[in-house]
Amino acid sequence: MRPFRARRTTAAVGSAALAATMLLTACSSGTAGSKDNAGGDGKVTLTIDLFGTFGFKETGLYDEYMAAHPNITIKQTDTQDEGQYWQALQTKLAGGGGLADIQGLEVGRIASVVQKQADKFADLKTLGLGGVNDDLVPWKGAAVRTADGKVLGAGTDIGPEAICFRTDLFKAAGLPTDRTELAAKWSSWDGYLALGKQYVTKAAGGSAPEGNKWTDSAAGMFTAEVGQEKVRYADESGKPVYDKSPAVQTAWANSTKLVADGLSAKLPQWTPEWNKAFSTGKFATLSCPAWMIGYIKGQAGEAFAGKWDIAAGPGKTGNWGGSYLAIPRSSKHQKEAAELIKWLNAKEQQAKLFTKQGSFPSSTGAQAAIKTVKDPYFNNAPIGEIFSESAANMPAQVLGTDDGVIGKAFTDALGEVERTGTAPATAWQHALDNIKKASGN
Amino acid sequence: MATISRPAPALPAQATRAARPRWGARLAPYGYLAPFFVLFAAFGLFPLLYTAYVSLHRVELQTADRMDWLGLQNYTRLFEDPFFWNALRNTFTIGVLSTVPQLLLALGLAHLLNYRLRGRTFFRVAMLMPYATSVAAATLVFAQLFGRDYGLINWVLAGVGLSPVDWQADTWASQFGVSAIVTWRWTGYNALIYLAGMQAIPGELYESAAMDGASRWQQFRHVTVPGLRPTIIFTVVVSTIGASQLFGEPLLYEGNAGGGISHQYQTLGLYMYEQGWSFFHLGRAAAVAWVMFLLIVVLALINAAIAARRNRTDR
Repeated sequence: MRPFRARRTTAAVGSAALAATMLLTACSSGTAGSKDNAGGDGKVTLTIDLFGTFGFKETGLYDEYMAAHPNITIKQTDTQDEGQYWQALQTKLAGGGGLADIQGLEVGRIASVVQKQADKFADLKTLGLGGVNDDLVPWKGAAVRTADGKVLGAGTDIGPEAICFRTDLFKAAGLPTDRTELAAKWSSWDGYLALGKQYVTKAAGGSAPEGNKWTDSAAGMFTAEVGQEKVRYADESGKPVYDKSPAVQTAWANSTKLVADGLSAKLPQWTPEWNKAFSTGKFATLSCPAWMIGYIKGQAGEAFAGKWDIAAGPGKTGNWGGSYLAIPRSSKHQKEAAELIKWLNAKEQQAKLFTKQGSFPSSTGAQAAIKTVKDPYFNNAPIGEIFSESAANMPAQVLGTDDGVIGKAFTDALGEVERTGTAPATAWQHALDNIKKASGN
Repeated sequence: MATISRPAPALPAQATRAARPRWGARLAPYGYLAPFFVLFAAFGLFPLLYTAYVSLHRVELQTADRMDWLGLQNYTRLFEDPFFWNALRNTFTIGVLSTVPQLLLALGLAHLLNYRLRGRTFFRVAMLMPYATSVAAATLVFAQLFGRDYGLINWVLAGVGLSPVDWQADTWASQFGVSAIVTWRWTGYNALIYLAGMQAIPGELYESAAMDGASRWQQFRHVTVPGLRPTIIFTVVVSTIGASQLFGEPLLYEGNAGGGISHQYQTLGLYMYEQGWSFFHLGRAAAVAWVMFLLIVVLALINAAIAARRNRTDR
C-alpha cells in the first residue's frame, strides 16, 4: 500500500512540474517558431488588415502582384465598420499581438496615431519609402509625418464629395434627372433640402414610391457638410472647438432640419439595415464621397446598374474620409510589406482603383490620368470630371486627435433625433457629454 | 529514538506505518487541489489584484506603458458619471426582464417534461439546444428578427394591423429585445436543472396528493414547488450573477459598445468595455470591473442570507 501511495504523490508532483515546464517551453518555442515564418524556400505570406472597401482585392491588384512576385502570398482581412476596426487595432497594438504586416488607417485617426503611437509603426523612410507621399496632394502627406520627420503611412485615397441619386426614383417623382441641372438646383444645402421636400411630398401623393425618403440618414448629410470647412472639431493649434465651430453648428442645424422635414429614412450607416436598403430602395439620394461608389456597387448589385447617377454636391466641396497604409513595427516582413505598399500606391494602381472601384487617388499623377473616366454603373456619369473638380476645390482640413470619436458622438446624437424623437437641443447636449466622456481624462 | 526502545520492535514500525500514510493521506487532497489553486492564483487572483492596482492609476490603452497615480479618483469620477448610474439601472431592469420570465418558464417547462410523454428524451435534448448555441449566433438571429424595417416581428405586427416598433432605438423595446435573447438561451438550461430537482421528489407524495383529490395544478403548487426550493434558490443566485455580468447579448444586438444610441440598453459590462476598449481608458475600466465584482459579492451575500433564513424557517 505504501509504495503505491508514494508513487502516486511523486507522480502528482511530477506532473505538476511537467505542466509548468510545458507552459514555459510553450512560450519560448512560440517565439522561436514564428521566426522561420519566412520559410527556407523564400516564400512570404503578407497579411493586410483593412476596413470598409479599399478595392485592392476587388480590382484584382493582389492577383496581379502575386503573379509578378511568385514568392509572395497576400492575405487580406477586413472589417466593414471602421469604428470596430480601430478598436480592434488599438487592442492589438497595446498587446503587441495579432497585427498584420500592413494595417489600414483612416484619415480621422491619423492625428492620433502620429501624436500618440508613432513608436508603434515603422518609419517608412527607413524602408526606402521616404518619397512615397511626394506625389500626393500636400496635406495628405503632411498629416502622416511626425514632428521629428518620420513617415508613418502611405496615402491611398481621398474622399472628394458629390451626391449619388436614383434616376428611376427621381423620374417617378417628377424631378429632373439631368445631373447638371440637379447640381445647379442643389448648389447649396438649402436647395438640397428644398428639393427633398418636393420629393417626399410627391412620394406622399403617390407619384413616387410610398415610404421612400430623400436620403438615408441625417448622419450622412452631417458628415458631408462638416467636411467642407477647414476647421471642424479642432483648430490649428489642436484645441478642441467642436462645440463652437461654425462648421459643426451649421451642419447640425441643417441635419436636424432634414429630420424635422421628414426627409430621412433613419438608417444608421454601416449597419445591416442600411446595407439592405441599397437593394430595396429606401432612399433617393446619398452623400457620396468617391469611395462610396464602390460600396454602392457592392451593396446594390448588378440589378441596380444604370439606375444610379452622380452629380456635384451641395455647398462648397469637401473631403470625407480617405486612408493610409502603415506597417506595424512588429511586422516580420517589413521590407516585403513596404514593396507591396509602394506598388499598390503607385499612380498606375491608384488610377486603376478609381476606374474600377471609385476610390479617388491622392496621387496627383493618377488624378491627372483619370479626368475622363466614366462609370457605366452610374449611368455613364463622368465621375473623373466630377470628383476631380470636387478634389481641386476641397479645403485642407485641420485634423485633430479625437476627430473619429467626436464625429461618431455627433452622428449618434443625430440618430437619437431621428429615431427616438429626442429634441435637437437635448441630443446636442448628449453629444457633448459623450465627447467629454470619451476624450476627457 | 523510538526504534531503540525495547518492549516490542514491531510497535515503532507500526507507529511509523500508521503515521506515514496519515501524513500522506492528509496532504494528498491538497496536492490534488493544488493545480486548481495554482491556476486560480495565476488566472483569477492575480488579475483581480492587478486590476485593483490599475484602477488606482490613469492608464490609457494607446500608451499602456505609462501609469500615473490617481488614488481613488477613478472611483469618485465613476460615481459622478450619469452614464454609470444609467448602466446600473439598465443592468437591473434587463436583469429583471430576463431572469423572472426565464425562471418561471423553466419551471413550467420542467413540470411538463416531468410527465410521462412520448419522445421526452428528444424534448429534453431540445431544451438544451439554445444553451449550446453561441451568444454571437443567437444574437445575430434575434437582431434580424427585431429589425425595424425588415424584421420578422415587425412584419407580423404589421400583418395584424399594429404599427412597427423600433426594437433598437426605443428604450423599453430594446431592453425587451435583449432580454428575449437571454431568456431564450437560458430557459432550457434552467428547466433541466428543475427537472433534475423534480425527479428527486418522491413519487409517493404525488400519489397520495392525487388520492386526496389534488389537481395537477395543486400538485404543482403544494408538492413540486416546495420540494424544489433549494434548486430554485440555486438558479436564482446563478441567474442573478449572470444578469449582473450581461455583456455579449447587448454588445452584439446592434454591434457597438454604446448600448444603443441613447445608451438605453447599456449594461455595466458594456459600460466597462466601452471605457476600456472604445475610449481606451483602462484605469477607469478597471475601476468599473472592481465595482462590478463587489456588487456581485454583495448580491451573493444577500442571496445567501435569504436562503439561510428560508432554511431556518423551514425546519
